[in-house]
Amino acid sequence: MLKFTCPACRIEACESELVNGGEAHLTRSGPGDSDEMFERYLFMRKNPKGVHFERWRHAMGCGKWFIAARHTATLEVFGTYPAQAHEPPADVIAAIKSRYPAWEGFK
Amino acid sequence: MSTRLATGGTRLNRARQVEFTFNGKRLHGFEGDTLASALLANDQLLMGRSFKYHRPRGVVASGAEEPNALVGLGEGTRFEPNQRATTTELFHGLIAESQNHWPSLDFDIGAINSKLSRFLPAGFYYKTFMAPRAAWKHLFEPIIRKSAGLGRPTEPGDPDRYEHFHIHLDLLIVGGGIAGLQAALVAAETGRKVLLIEQEAHWGGRAVVDGVKIEGKTAAEWVAETVEKLTEYPNVALRTRFMGSGVYDHGYALAYERVSDHAPATGGPRHRLWRIRTGQIITATGALERPLSFAGNDTPGVMLASAVRDYVESYGVSPGDRTVVVTNNDDAYRTALSLHQAGLTVPAVIDARAMVNGPLVEAVKAAGIRVETGKGIASASGGKRLKSVDICAQAGEGAVLESIACDALAMSGGWSPVVHLWSHCGGKLLWSNDYFHFHPDETRFPTDDKGAQYVRTAGIASGAMRSADVLENAAQSAAAALGVTAPKAASATDDDEGPMAPVWVMPQGAGKAKKSKMWLDFQNDVKVSDVELAAQEGYKSVEHTKRYTTLGMATDQGKLSNINGLAVLSQALNQPIPETGTTTFRPPYTPISLASIAGPARGNTFQPLRKTPIQSWHDAHGADYEPVGQWRRPFCYKKPGETREEAVSREVRNTRESLGLLDASTLGKILVKGPDAGKFLDMLYTNMMSTLKPGKCRYGLMCNENGFLIDDGVVAKLSENSYLVHTTTGGADHIHAHMEDWLQCEWWDWQVYTANLTEAYAQIAVVGPNARKLLEKLGGLDVSKEALPFMGWVEGELAGLPVRAYRISFSGELSYELAVPANQGLALWKTLVDQGAEWGISPYGTEALHILRAEKGFIMIGDETDGTVIPQDLNLHWAISKKKEDFLGKRAQERSHMADPDRWKLVGLQTLDGSTLPDGAYALDEGANENGQRNTQGRVTSTYHSPTFGRGIAMGLVRHGPDRMGEVLKFNKVDGSTIEAKLVDPVLYDPEGEKQNV
Repeated sequence: MLKFTCPACRIEACESELVNGGEAHLTRSGPGDSDEMFERYLFMRKNPKGVHFERWRHAMGCGKWFIAARHTATLEVFGTYPAQAHEPPADVIAAIKSRYPAWEGFK
Repeated sequence: MSTRLATGGTRLNRARQVEFTFNGKRLHGFEGDTLASALLANDQLLMGRSFKYHRPRGVVASGAEEPNALVGLGEGTRFEPNQRATTTELFHGLIAESQNHWPSLDFDIGAINSKLSRFLPAGFYYKTFMAPRAAWKHLFEPIIRKSAGLGRPTEPGDPDRYEHFHIHLDLLIVGGGIAGLQAALVAAETGRKVLLIEQEAHWGGRAVVDGVKIEGKTAAEWVAETVEKLTEYPNVALRTRFMGSGVYDHGYALAYERVSDHAPATGGPRHRLWRIRTGQIITATGALERPLSFAGNDTPGVMLASAVRDYVESYGVSPGDRTVVVTNNDDAYRTALSLHQAGLTVPAVIDARAMVNGPLVEAVKAAGIRVETGKGIASASGGKRLKSVDICAQAGEGAVLESIACDALAMSGGWSPVVHLWSHCGGKLLWSNDYFHFHPDETRFPTDDKGAQYVRTAGIASGAMRSADVLENAAQSAAAALGVTAPKAASATDDDEGPMAPVWVMPQGAGKAKKSKMWLDFQNDVKVSDVELAAQEGYKSVEHTKRYTTLGMATDQGKLSNINGLAVLSQALNQPIPETGTTTFRPPYTPISLASIAGPARGNTFQPLRKTPIQSWHDAHGADYEPVGQWRRPFCYKKPGETREEAVSREVRNTRESLGLLDASTLGKILVKGPDAGKFLDMLYTNMMSTLKPGKCRYGLMCNENGFLIDDGVVAKLSENSYLVHTTTGGADHIHAHMEDWLQCEWWDWQVYTANLTEAYAQIAVVGPNARKLLEKLGGLDVSKEALPFMGWVEGELAGLPVRAYRISFSGELSYELAVPANQGLALWKTLVDQGAEWGISPYGTEALHILRAEKGFIMIGDETDGTVIPQDLNLHWAISKKKEDFLGKRAQERSHMADPDRWKLVGLQTLDGSTLPDGAYALDEGANENGQRNTQGRVTSTYHSPTFGRGIAMGLVRHGPDRMGEVLKFNKVDGSTIEAKLVDPVLYDPEGEKQNV
């Protein structure tokens, strides 16, 4: 039962109030794009043992989507931030690097 | 025989006799007894039969690890199988029955399996029941079902109450032995919120029985004082009969409280499931004693040495008159002393170690008890009650040196820390070469959301085997958990112990005959020979061996058997034990009741029931409901004497011929508003919505990014920047969530606001050739063809109520859907029913709705679609915009498989004999696929008996269907026969649309 702080309402929410939305920061592909690009967007997902960015919705709370940076093995949470972001904010990147200096970085 | 001693029994209140029943026999015990101790006191050593071989079994342990003494408790709706006699507190009127035998516990036909045991080896199921398939159904399965399975099922209608409690803590301490109490003392001083829980009804754990001295007092005195002291701290709660069931991510834990198992019908719930969120967890869960593997170690009368001691000291019960002790460590000598001090005979202590010394050994010798070193048990024999043990050299192959008559045998193979809770969330283990057990590796701990350690162990659970170390370790764990400096722990003394020796098989050189009588898992009947066979057959992984042999898979989850089993496997594989590793520890620690997991979620409170504003009218008018999501919608309205089918037929005919009424309030209604609302809907729907004019409605299809249909419905444009989106009943919530997902995560710069208004409005469909006449009679709204044409909507007052009238049709008839504020829904419905009487108005249910739409060839999400169907499959090209550059699903629908001309496409199906096709039936094709299954070329998606046409009608998806009109295909039926149907146009009723467009 993971817990995350919802960046919209600041509540520390239990997994049971949240809905997972899979990998975050996907770039949408659409008409005009090649089969390979569209396949990557639609199906290819990272499955790292390590730092991962994933979408969560505070479905049983304020209803807002947010993104969590989480270590998939230790379950450490480095930060949460609103879904309206193209990449993780600097403080979250810094929090990850301070814990895992060898982390290869975002993307 | 086993009997009650004249004195002793620290847990007993001998002044209070308790009467109970076992297999119909009335017996007596005392207050404070467990069912197991009371049965032993009544010389009822035989308590059950084993799972596979139906071997007679007596009690082995005295606590939660008991594998044998499982009984059925209670009767009628309160009956519960597989309850451990060792953890069942005795109460007046308790009713217990033994299980897994026929006809009786003493004489069991199934015990023949034991004689056949060489034909029932490990993996026996996999090897024997390979073929033929029919033999499974008619021969093997009925036999296995009859002979396997423990206990009998419960009866429905459990009258007891079960609760869920939620609590937030700073520290949860699991285990109320001296380690848990010491940890709580340290934590109490910090002022943090602490919960200390103990699975039994008593505090203090083993130290109370084992003669430990703490702070110069007996352990019992120190425990009583400490509990007293802890209760004075307002920040500390202490609870007994409260089992730490599981540790989960980020400081979540489950605990199981047996509130009134020991005192039934005293009010209050029976069990509580505690859902705990805590900063820190300390598991002070102690250790469990291991059995020894010798031939006949499952004979009733063979018990764990610690259990024998418990029965003597805590319950004043002697398991036998003459008890031999067999051990590989000093602790078992305490049992010899306990028995001796109780006046019982200990013919010998058989010690596998060549060299023994230390104060406990000396004390036993001083008591005049014979100690045999370097010896083992060649075999124990006696059938339903131990009669004697044969002694041999541990180093040899089992040549009998001597036979000793005895009726009980206390065995000890050493102690294993209870590391379950530590391991649940990833705590790792280390192997000790001093104590030959796994204990927590303090450097590889479970981590919380900050990446910090949140589970710690205390006491013997940490691997601290001596009392002074136990207390020291507990104080340090508590201090570390709460970030304070560790205060001085209470001081403790116990008798010094010499080193133990690992003994996995007794004697060391035992042959196959002996090994096939050495039980590892008592409950599932797994023997040393089974594990060795598994290793021989190539099962190298302990996880595979477990599943192949069923070692540790019984209700005790291998609490006694796991370490011995993997030691045997390691020896067979010729590798060190740590290399073999352990199987995965999973919650719950001991079984918890399914009812406690359900908690209050049963019957009417299982899930919320959504009701439309008109439901009370449906209730009063014969509604026969069906579940639709969390709603209950009338399937039909039955008149007295009508069957469902008759009611549905009448409703369809009445609507087609005159006037019908449908409660459509469950339909999803989502308001989409803002300057970019049109642009947003253009992305959501396959067709163009932004071009819609205010006052108009448009039917649309919604797909996901994979291109598959997820919803359909009518969109009404309310004003320039405002749309009302109608979704399917089941789709309202997830389509709203789907919209929010795209708005928040992809197009967050678009100015769009959504609100789910589903429950804000009641919606009533007035359907049939007389619909307009009724609305005109009510007055107030111009509903003429000119003022309100098909696919238009108007707002105004109807019969004095504020309505929005949509001219839309899901039936092919002249139809108006009237939306009113929810609180006026019932008033409008009643008015329509009253005023429509002159046209014989009749409400119709969901089945009539389905038939009406199927006759008209309208698709239904969930019938014609199943998550793999795209709009093109349903010939809905007209609803897919070619002008739009993009919409959700557009790119996916261009993928090669989606554009494949061989995809199954929608057709109507007409049976040649007029019968109704079975739902889901497949259209058969020639030949078979690579699995030998018949090829198919289509399937039925909707099928009904049509009252309008007086025959079966259906729709289905068929390969090249639209190009094959008139062709006849065969559809399979469940009985193996087939039924022929012709491919026809799915629109059967009024193909020109003359009726709905009047």
